Amino acid sequence: MINHIDLSSVLRRTVCDLYSDLVTRPTGKAVRDGIEKQLAEIGDRTLTVIDFSHVGLLDYSCADEIVAKLLMRYCVPFAPEAPPRDAYFLFRGVSDSHVDAIEAVLERHGLAIVAQTEDGAVMIIGSVDENERRAWEVMCRIGRAVPVDLAREMGVDCAQIEAALDALCRRRLAMRFDEAYVAVGAAS
Amino acid sequence: MTTVIKIPPSLDERTFELVLEQLAPVPQDEKVLLDARHTRWASPYGLTALLTLAQARAERSAFYAPESDETCSYWSRTGFFTYASELFELHGAPPHSRAGGESDVLLEITPVARSEDVHEVVGRIQQKSQSILTKELNIDAKATMGFAMTLSEACQNIVEHAGRGGWVAVQTYRWQKRLGRRVVVIAVCDAGVGFRQSLESSPSHRESDRWDDGMALEEAVIRGVSRFRDPGRGQGLAGVRRYIGRWDGKLSVRSGSARIAIVPSWDEDVPLQEDLPAFPGAQMQITIPERVADK
Repeated sequence: MINHIDLSSVLRRTVCDLYSDLVTRPTGKAVRDGIEKQLAEIGDRTLTVIDFSHVGLLDYSCADEIVAKLLMRYCVPFAPEAPPRDAYFLFRGVSDSHVDAIEAVLERHGLAIVAQTEDGAVMIIGSVDENERRAWEVMCRIGRAVPVDLAREMGVDCAQIEAALDALCRRRLAMRFDEAYVAVGAAS
Repeated sequence: MTTVIKIPPSLDERTFELVLEQLAPVPQDEKVLLDARHTRWASPYGLTALLTLAQARAERSAFYAPESDETCSYWSRTGFFTYASELFELHGAPPHSRAGGESDVLLEITPVARSEDVHEVVGRIQQKSQSILTKELNIDAKATMGFAMTLSEACQNIVEHAGRGGWVAVQTYRWQKRLGRRVVVIAVCDAGVGFRQSLESSPSHRESDRWDDGMALEEAVIRGVSRFRDPGRGQGLAGVRRYIGRWDGKLSVRSGSARIAIVPSWDEDVPLQEDLPAFPGAQMQITIPERVADK
């Protein structure tokens, strides 16, 4: 199930209908609570498009509250308890200035996201190792894939690719469907 | 008894120390009169620091406004007298007016106490800063957002840590003597608890032999340590540092009896000053110079 959340609407609904900038920690926390509330109302396995298109400014504090803390709830290595659902995220409409703030906070926590920039390009922002990044890029290109196909495509052994895919899934950057994998953001 | 404190003819971050030196021997509850009659110019730091000085005194201070009409008029347009009239016994000040809106005042003196104030500041600065930053300071249009982010994080320091309200102001001017270029200056000053006390309130705080205001500033400004356990904290000042690094700017923060600075090549400031006259809260200045073509 694909779910769409417009951050500027969440901001206006949860904080103030005059604001278009995502600044300050209390604002970020209120917006994250708004997102979590929407997530709680939908199915167990979801891909949620979090849309920054109508957001003006995003500062570091707000990026930490909205992006990093949201992700930490669902990423297995980071979540303090079992994630409430199998949630994946695509961050859409991300501008250069949003990237500055998001990248800084993700790197601080060792997290990564899939972002779609204003021109439609899809990329990983944050900390990922080289194998994970390459596996994600190849999946974006070829679509749904099993490890052996990816290993052949990338010229590495299967065990290496399985480890990378496992990490990508735990970090919410790829989804597993039986024996196959799909990159979050592929053909988005 | 009232002690007269002479305000220097040119009041900025450096000369404000002369004010604090005069103030140091005066007991907190003793009345002071700040004599600015011969002051001709003040930076945003100077003006916001004067307001925090008034906040910090137990006894309401008196203030003699500058004699120069031009100076008074300019200080009026920055909004100084609006707030000074609430904090000082004012003498010789003009009726407060903000009319006219000087073009080089990017943000008039604005009180900051709550998250909502930061939204207000950020909204106002974005409207005004883009053309000035790009046309006058030759800074990439993309950097305008970074500038507003920097301002937001600097202001949040007050909201999150000071324990009382403070002030922010932003202005551009030509820094003829020191740099020969235009600069944009952000000043964020408060008379709150300061960095040392803020970090001491952390449950994980362990005092070392050298624990003092200077070390607290190093921890917070250089190493991004915060009083909160949350590992995401402390990113605001790190973001400010990144921005000034990118645009060859300068950051200085004074708190308690110490002052730390990230000094660019165009400036000759010292990285850390200690044993300054004690003053409550934190006073921050961010300076971004006009960009010149690479040689």
